[in-house]
Amino acid sequence: MLSVKKNEPVEFQDSLIKEFDAIVQRYPEGRQKSALLPILHLVQAQYGWLSVGAMDKVAVYLKIEPIEVYEVATFYTMFFLQPQGKYVLEVCRTGPCCLVGAEKIMAHIEKRLGVKENEVTPDGLFSWRGIECVAACGMGPVLQIGPDYTYYENLTEESVDRLIETLKNKEN
Amino acid sequence: MARKLLLEHIDVPYINTLEVYRQKGGYRAVEKALKKLSPDDVVEEVKKSGLRGRGGAGFPTGMKWSFLAKPEGVPRYLVCNADESEPGTFKDRFLMTYIPHALIEGMIVSSYALGAKTSYIYVRGEMMPQIKILERAIEEAKAAGFLGKNILGSGYDLELYVQPGGGAYICGEETALLESLEGKRGNPRIKPPFPAVAGLYNCPTVVNNVESIAATVPILNMGGDEYAKIGIDRSTGTKLISASGNINNPGVFEIELGLPVEEFIYSDEYCGGITNGKRLKAVVAGGSSVPILPANLILKTAKGENRLMTYESLADGGFISGTMLGSGGFIAFDEDQCIVRNTWNFTRFYHHESCGQCSPCREGTGWMEKVLHRLEYGHGKMSDIDLLVDVSKKIEGNTICPLGDAAAWPVASAIRHFRDEFEWHVTNSDEAQIRNYGLAHYADPLTLAG
Repeated sequence: MLSVKKNEPVEFQDSLIKEFDAIVQRYPEGRQKSALLPILHLVQAQYGWLSVGAMDKVAVYLKIEPIEVYEVATFYTMFFLQPQGKYVLEVCRTGPCCLVGAEKIMAHIEKRLGVKENEVTPDGLFSWRGIECVAACGMGPVLQIGPDYTYYENLTEESVDRLIETLKNKEN
Repeated sequence: MARKLLLEHIDVPYINTLEVYRQKGGYRAVEKALKKLSPDDVVEEVKKSGLRGRGGAGFPTGMKWSFLAKPEGVPRYLVCNADESEPGTFKDRFLMTYIPHALIEGMIVSSYALGAKTSYIYVRGEMMPQIKILERAIEEAKAAGFLGKNILGSGYDLELYVQPGGGAYICGEETALLESLEGKRGNPRIKPPFPAVAGLYNCPTVVNNVESIAATVPILNMGGDEYAKIGIDRSTGTKLISASGNINNPGVFEIELGLPVEEFIYSDEYCGGITNGKRLKAVVAGGSSVPILPANLILKTAKGENRLMTYESLADGGFISGTMLGSGGFIAFDEDQCIVRNTWNFTRFYHHESCGQCSPCREGTGWMEKVLHRLEYGHGKMSDIDLLVDVSKKIEGNTICPLGDAAAWPVASAIRHFRDEFEWHVTNSDEAQIRNYGLAHYADPLTLAG
């Protein structure tokens, strides 16, 4: 849920602003709002989610109203409006993946991580959710992990366990 | 072995690089277009080829190009629709991953034909690896003089950029895509005006699918007339088909249009038959939005003729006994699959992806999902089946964009061809519940059972 009550200000690093500047150059003069989605992706990759403070800062940068940023951030499913686990396991739950076992994979992840969909594990490392078709239907079941959106294909319960262990070990 | 045009060099190591792509004849189409042909000549070649839009609608590409308004002093745009999100369809992701220069080359040729000086490839946001691949390929092409100012000394300038989406199926609809590219919610626009007159930034714009744009390269290389000799009737050329579901060889295949459906399913060159030797129950031939057909009707038309992989043959019989080629997202179901569960799954997708602009779609997809959910979980009534048909009819044709139709057709066709299975779910409710995994991911069935 988007809440403007806790509107803590955010300061973007100069390196991030430079990336914004490069993106804005792609569009005609006066059409800088086109940079909104690419910029929100960069902000989310940096902070893990989009706080109201960060979105307000984007609005200032693009010289648009904050509501214009909120309405976009709330429309597109890739943008997180709440803090997530460091690794968000997003499992495709649409037809073709379900034909080859996606629902079993989701049930297994829930059991393995011990948290329900959209909840964060106590160590802050993981959250998971079912998402709609990610265009990998022939390689299902499939999951993706942002911010690089790496795909893991032809999942089994064992390969999911190995993936979770690998990610955990990476943090230790 | 079928003729391949787009995937001819797919097995060549490093074909994703400019160097290897050029060794295999890459960028010949750009050189031919810019040095020997006028923009109108390129449009004419594409018209002659008979190429039809490969994103799903199947509208003739050359004709679409010729509609582009050309007012003086106003920029024109070409936007590539790479927002591949139709369940069952994954061909564009494959093409962009392994042969990115095929798309870049097609963008240059097509932009030249349309007089666009700036073009965008709108890629679904989840395809970040593909976005990086394309950006790298654009850098390579620019360094080699195929992009930027005065390309190959022709006086033609083109800048090409990649734009990420944000995860919304509706942005595959061309006007929603343009709204998104302008930094807004992906709400489809009312047409007319069509993008050819008022598109990106209110300027004349053509929006084409990845595969359509890539296909302009072999068309220019071989000539439109030669391309038109491949295929059957008005289904010319080759088509990428992404095959998934209960088949032995899921993947992306390039077929010559006109291949018999039976050969596509059972030949080792393509799907390799149904997994575990089971029987084929049904097929969704062109992505989840097209009508589902039972095995007998996907293999043969109602007249008993072999069904072919063409726009015309798959549509033979209309929506009573036929379907559509669509985007080429081919999903096969074996005899053990539950059509009710699959229909519910697809309907949940359309409910989730409805942009919310039109009441019939926003509300109707949700109602259909609820009714299908309670049928699947054993809480349905016999009258629910006709209720679903009624709601689907009230959505179809009553929305700004085709998402309403896309949501209605799977439901209507599933009930048309598999009504007994829906009735079984009502009369065998306990067994229906047992058959499910009982997952609580989606909603508590009891709260939806009213």
